Formats: sequence, C-alpha cells, structure tokens
Amino acid sequence: MTVIHLTLKIWRQTGPESKGSFKTYESGPLATAMSFLEMLDVLNERLILSGEEPVAFDHDCREGICGMCGAVINGKAHGPEKKTTLCQLHMRHFRDGDTLVIEPFRSRAFKLVKDLIVDRSAFDAIIAEGGYISVNTGGAPDANAIPVPAFTAEQALDAAECIGCGACVAACPNGSAMLFVGAKISHLSLLPQGQPERSKRALALVKKMDALGFGNCGNEQYCEKACPKGISISNIARLNREFMKAAFCSVEE
Amino acid sequence: MSWILTILRSSIGKKYIMAVSGACLSFFLLSHLIGNSVSFLGKEAYNSYASHLHSIGFLTYILEPFLLFVFLVHILTGITLFIENLSARPNRYAVPGNERNWSASTMPYTGIIILTFLLVHLLNFHFITRTVSTAELVRTTLSNPFLASFYLFSLSGLTLHASHGFWSLFQSLGINHPKYNKFLQQGGLATAVIIGTIFILIPLLIVTTDSFLQ
Ligand code: HEM
Ligand code: SF4
Ligand code: FES
Repeated sequence: MTVIHLTLKIWRQTGPESKGSFKTYESGPLATAMSFLEMLDVLNERLILSGEEPVAFDHDCREGICGMCGAVINGKAHGPEKKTTLCQLHMRHFRDGDTLVIEPFRSRAFKLVKDLIVDRSAFDAIIAEGGYISVNTGGAPDANAIPVPAFTAEQALDAAECIGCGACVAACPNGSAMLFVGAKISHLSLLPQGQPERSKRALALVKKMDALGFGNCGNEQYCEKACPKGISISNIARLNREFMKAAFCSVEE
Repeated sequence: MSWILTILRSSIGKKYIMAVSGACLSFFLLSHLIGNSVSFLGKEAYNSYASHLHSIGFLTYILEPFLLFVFLVHILTGITLFIENLSARPNRYAVPGNERNWSASTMPYTGIIILTFLLVHLLNFHFITRTVSTAELVRTTLSNPFLASFYLFSLSGLTLHASHGFWSLFQSLGINHPKYNKFLQQGGLATAVIIGTIFILIPLLIVTTDSFLQ
C-alpha cells in the first residue's frame, strides 16, 4: 500500500456571519486508495479526539451521483481531475508532500453555512419555479409510446446528467448559474413531455435565477471545465435560444 | 411593451444587447479596416478615399449618430454587467485555478482600453481643424513615437477583445452547433488576429519606414 502525507490548508468558519480563515493541518499518513472525503474523515476523527471542532463538509452518496459534495481544491472546484466529483477524487492523484488549499464554493447566491458547507437551496428554488413537467396520475404510460429520435434522447440524457452540485457557479468568475439552468432547460425542452411548459419554463427559470443573485454569463467557459458531469456550454447556447423564442415568439410574458 | 423591457433587463437580455451591439461594432470595425487598408495603395489613393468618404452625407448624418448610439449602448451595458458581476462573487479564491481564459476574463478591461483609445483617436483625427491632407495628417500624427506605441498597445487590446467577442456573440445569441462550432471559434480568433495585424501595420510602418504614406 502506498502512503502519502499532505499539508492541508482548510477554510474554517464557524457560521454564516463570522469571519473565516485558513487553518493548516498535517494529514498524517494517507493510503492512496482513500477518497478525498475519507481523507477528511480521518482528519476529523483526529480533531474530535483532540477536542477540536471537526471540519464540516457536505456529502451523501459518495459515489458521484447525488451532487452533495464539493469544495475548491487549489483553485479548482472538485479538485484537479476532470469530470470527477470530490467524493470520487482519490489520494493517488496527489503526491507526497503536496499542499492542498481547501475552500468552500464561493458565490453571492450560495451563502456559507459552516466551514466547507454552503447553502445551495437557490438551485432548488430555481427548479421549483418550472424545472419540472406536469403529468397525469394513473397508470404509467408505455415507455416507447411517444417516439423520440435517438440523437435527441442522447442530448437530453447528457443534460440530465447534471447533479446540481453547484461547481459551475463556484468556478464562474461571475457566479453565474447558466450551466445548471442550461442543463435543466435542455433536459426538459428537448423531450416531447417538456413541450407544454416550454416557453413558460424558459422565462420563469431565468427570472428566478436573476432574482436569486447569480451573476451574468460572460461565456468564459470555466463552468464547463469544472463540471463533474461534463455538461457542455452548448446547453447554455440552447438556453439562450429557448429564452429568445419564449420572449419573442410565445404569448408568455 | 413592458415585456420587452423585462426581457432586455434580464441577464440573458443584456447578453443579447452586448451581442447585437458588438456585432454592429464589428461591422464598423471591418469597414473601417477596409477603408484604412487603402493606405497600403499609396498616398493618392488614401486621400481620394478619405475625401470620397467625407462627401457621403448619409454617413455623416445617419450612420455616425447610429454608431455613437451603438457605442453608448455597448459601453453602458458592458459597465452594468461588469459591476453586477463583481458583486455576484464577492470572495475570490486564495489560489487562482490555472488555465485562465485571458481574452474572456479581460473583456471589461480591454473594453476600457478601447474606449480610451477611441477618445484619443477621435481627438487625433476627428475633432481637429484640418489644414493638410488625410495622408499627411495620419503620417505626422503617428510619427510621434509615444502616440504610435499607444496605438500599438490599444490595438493589441482591441485584438484581444475581438478574439473573445467574435465567438462570444454567436454563443450569446444561441448560435452553437457541432457542425460549425469549430469554424466559429477558430474563425473568430483568426478574424480578430487578421484585423488587429492589419491595423497595427499602419502605425508600425509609419514609425519604421520613411516611404509609407509619403
Ligand atoms: C470597436 C470597438 C468594439 C468592438 C468591435 C466590440 C465588440 C464586442 C463583441 C463582439 C462582444 C461580444 C458580445 C457577447 O459576448 O455576446 C463584446 C463584449 C464586451 N465588450 Fe466590446 N466591443 C468594442 C468596444 C468596447 C468598449 C469601448 C467597451 C467598454 C467599455 C466594451 C466592453 C465590452 C464588455 C465588458 C464585453 C463583455 C460582455 C460580457 O462579458 O458579458 N467593448 N464586445
Ligand atoms: S452543470 Fe455540472 S457543475 Fe453545474 S450543477 Fe450541474 S453537474 Fe454540477
Ligand atoms: S457525495 Fe454524492 S456526489 Fe459526492
């Protein structure tokens, strides 16, 4: 088993209103098979034993599908590996003696709760505004009753991969949520089931996104690079198109 | 009509404004480039181009005010976006991630460079009482090494601005497709570099040669 040692500079902040700062910890020996969150678990066990407050961080599935985990490692949301959530980032990608600066996702729309935990409920508020389709209750319809071209299904599924982790917002110099909203708009408006609410959805989601304090997209493309699910900025272009169609070609206001 | 204001005030609406005004400015830039390229054909051709241009009333009375309007819209919306975006992410990260997208991240700053340049440029060639031919005016003005280097610097800024802007305006309008994405991205960059290089050649040739526009 290969073992490495890291120096960890972690953002510590006791609450939303308090002033935070970096605190430096030596990791002690780490197996390279450990995930990033397991590394934090090991550190926390030590902190608890020594009577210090453990580092607060979000997590749930630990298999890269729930979107709960996330922090900025040396300036990169979810760390240095491409298309990888923090929970799927392993110690083998670091070298013995590396220093890791670990910060929470930062943006006006994501209020810091504690240490590395930020409140991403702004995403839920956007979804509640129209990131859904309306269906009748009753027996499930036949799976293939409505034809969907294979390529369109692929595109919708690619967009549906978004796990709502917020790394796109964290990586954006403008704190913009366009990649997230673009993914939701694409996912729903590409499919036949998303058609009835298509225009309403585009207008409502953008309106809510603006109201929640996210910044304006500058087409800088940092989001796409940080996204653990490889959501492409072509989804932002689709959002721009959908919004234009809804604004100028629909009766919705 | 309040719906249109709602749309234009939204984050995406402001991007449409930047894209459409940016496209108008790009057309102006292209025609300005073609016009000034006549200088490579010699002093006589350049002077005759300039005097013909000034005799077209449509340009002075319709296009000039329109251009001013477009500039104002582009600049004011750009400044609004800049200020809004500054406050959308109040805290920066302690470690800047690598792979910076320089042209995109510097849009507001290269924009300010272009604006400053524009004012100096208009003072040099527009708001003056003419005594000599256009070719002579350009030659004597840009023979000043200080001014020539300012032109070189600003035109590099313009090239950087356009190298992101030309692609960005398509993306903002939703024009993005696997069939032509590469073309838009590389074509935009190439166009910006070509435009920048040709513009830069004018002050460069004036300070480095004795014969240009002479
Ligand atoms: C000949 C002059 C200019 C040309 C050809 C030009 C062209 C463009 C283009 C094509 C865009 C892309 C629009 C988009 O992202 O959709 C753009 C963006 C931008 N321009 Fe200009 N521009 C010029 C002058 C200026 C000036 C004088 C300023 C200001 C102070 C400025 C500030 C900006 C800013 C801040 C953006 C970025 C907007 C954003 O990130 O959302 N530009 N420009
Ligand atoms: S678009 Fe990517 S980075 Fe943004 S929330 Fe979805 S999965 Fe996360
Ligand atoms: S903990 Fe679920 S994606 Fe990382």
